[in-house]
Amino acid sequence: MASKTIKRLTTNLKQYSFLFGQLVNRDFQQRYKRTALGMAWSVLSPLMHLAVMMLVFSRLFGRNVNHYVIYLFSGNIIMSYFRESTKNGMTSLMSNSAVISKINVPKYLFLLSQNVSALINFGLTILIYFFFCFIDKIHFTPAMLMLWYPIVWFVIMNIGIGMVLSALYVFFRDIQYLYDIFLQLLTYLSAIFYTIDKFPAEMQRFFLLNPVYVNIKYWRLVVIDGIVPSLSYHLLLAGYALLFLALGAYFYKKYNHRFVYYF
Amino acid sequence: MSVIECNDVSIRYITGDFKSIGLKEYVMRKLTHNFKVQEFWADRHVTFSIERGDMLGIIGSNGAGKSTLLKAITGIMIPTGGTIKTHGKIAALLELASGFDAHMTVRENTYLRGAMLGYTKEFLDERYDEIIAFAELEEFQDYMFKQLSSGMKSRLAFSVACLVDPDILILDEVLSVGDGAFRKKSGDKMMQILSGGTTGVLVSHSIGQVRELCNKILWLDHGNQIAFSDDVQLYCDAYEEFLATKKLPKTSDDVYALAENFSKRTERERAQRRKKEAQRLEKILEKGTSDSAVLAAIKILQKSRPEALAPEYNGRNTEE
Repeated sequence: MASKTIKRLTTNLKQYSFLFGQLVNRDFQQRYKRTALGMAWSVLSPLMHLAVMMLVFSRLFGRNVNHYVIYLFSGNIIMSYFRESTKNGMTSLMSNSAVISKINVPKYLFLLSQNVSALINFGLTILIYFFFCFIDKIHFTPAMLMLWYPIVWFVIMNIGIGMVLSALYVFFRDIQYLYDIFLQLLTYLSAIFYTIDKFPAEMQRFFLLNPVYVNIKYWRLVVIDGIVPSLSYHLLLAGYALLFLALGAYFYKKYNHRFVYYF
Repeated sequence: MSVIECNDVSIRYITGDFKSIGLKEYVMRKLTHNFKVQEFWADRHVTFSIERGDMLGIIGSNGAGKSTLLKAITGIMIPTGGTIKTHGKIAALLELASGFDAHMTVRENTYLRGAMLGYTKEFLDERYDEIIAFAELEEFQDYMFKQLSSGMKSRLAFSVACLVDPDILILDEVLSVGDGAFRKKSGDKMMQILSGGTTGVLVSHSIGQVRELCNKILWLDHGNQIAFSDDVQLYCDAYEEFLATKKLPKTSDDVYALAENFSKRTERERAQRRKKEAQRLEKILEKGTSDSAVLAAIKILQKSRPEALAPEYNGRNTEE
């Protein structure tokens, strides 16, 4: 049954690829319409966040950390990509309700197009990130080639989380408030601007329950320490992604037909 | 082999459940023992089937469940009961204005809407100029969509939609947009599409349109199927009589009775109108003092009361 679903999905994707491109184009335009700087914000926003955090935290937490700028920046770009793709994914169904209730297009296309826009933004911030790595005299090792792995699984996980959130959002608008608070909490619990070596060992393991933290840790290991993380990191990343993807797929399959009644 | 087959289709809306009323209302209603999830059946036990090349007209007063049924046939809604089977590519024009983005240009919107209708990029590149020409928006191509007037928006929407070449075309009251000239143009274009072997489903409040275009008819009222038949004229007559008298037919005898009443009534009204028109013309003639009035009066007398005329007017040619 899974293979039939996958086959149907791939034929759908081929059939709708032009529409998908148009939707991504539309999302990009909507994001920056009427702004003076337009796409420059994709670059400026992470830079300004980084500047603020450096200003505030480098004295407090950055004394004993190697390459604190990069340490901070890794956490920042991953967290902001997570935030952007899941928040935009959450509202993707409702904001396109007028189209979905009148024209027969697969609903997940809207979620995917938001994820693609967020991914493109992430790509831009990665370029800035590596530019900073260069300035901060990071050693570029072959381990960096492994970075495709966390990125791929992170994208898949965000899609899965987006599916769950967008389904819930159709039924309960409350979820946007809940999720905002959750994201705040997650930002503090992902060791973005502090290190976890001061925590006792048992508590350090709790951080691994946070998939965003696992991603950030992977990046820091590869970029700052120049090593490929252990197998358990690889399994955790894949595991989280598949878990959320399965959860999202289940939600969509079960509630797909009811969305239209709540738009 | 039927192209669309609806078997015992029922579609239900639910109101008043926890998700739509929220926590406070839910608790209040539970406390006052007032909590009831209400079911609204938009369509009940609708059954029909149409073949390739048929044109089905769906008629019914407002709230009959026509648009809901169309959504179910298109695949946007899944029926609560019964099955719908369709064969072939469906293009549904349920609302012309949907899918456009107000802040993108006309050109970009054409491509976006075309993509939603299932066109490919190559197809749009080829026919883009044709679309803009049909909508008469050549100078406005780079304007933002929100800067167009509503008539222009409808023209563009229709223009993009009418290049569609599906196996099944579904139209929900979309043939009544725009000014008179555009309405004629769009009507002709739709006729052209429909005469090319496409199976069509048309919902319209214009009975004249249904009489002219459709060869099968489905009559819905408050979700119930009143009739499905290929005797379009009979049922259109009955429906128009129903609109005037609000009497719903329950058996086929009722239908014949309604249709007969309708034709009698229209005949009476037509006779009355003719009488009124004749009276009006007579009044004009009475007041007339010009030569043409006098000549016309003489002609009438020659025909009906020749004895009233003086002998020199009889047989004389009055066309001078």
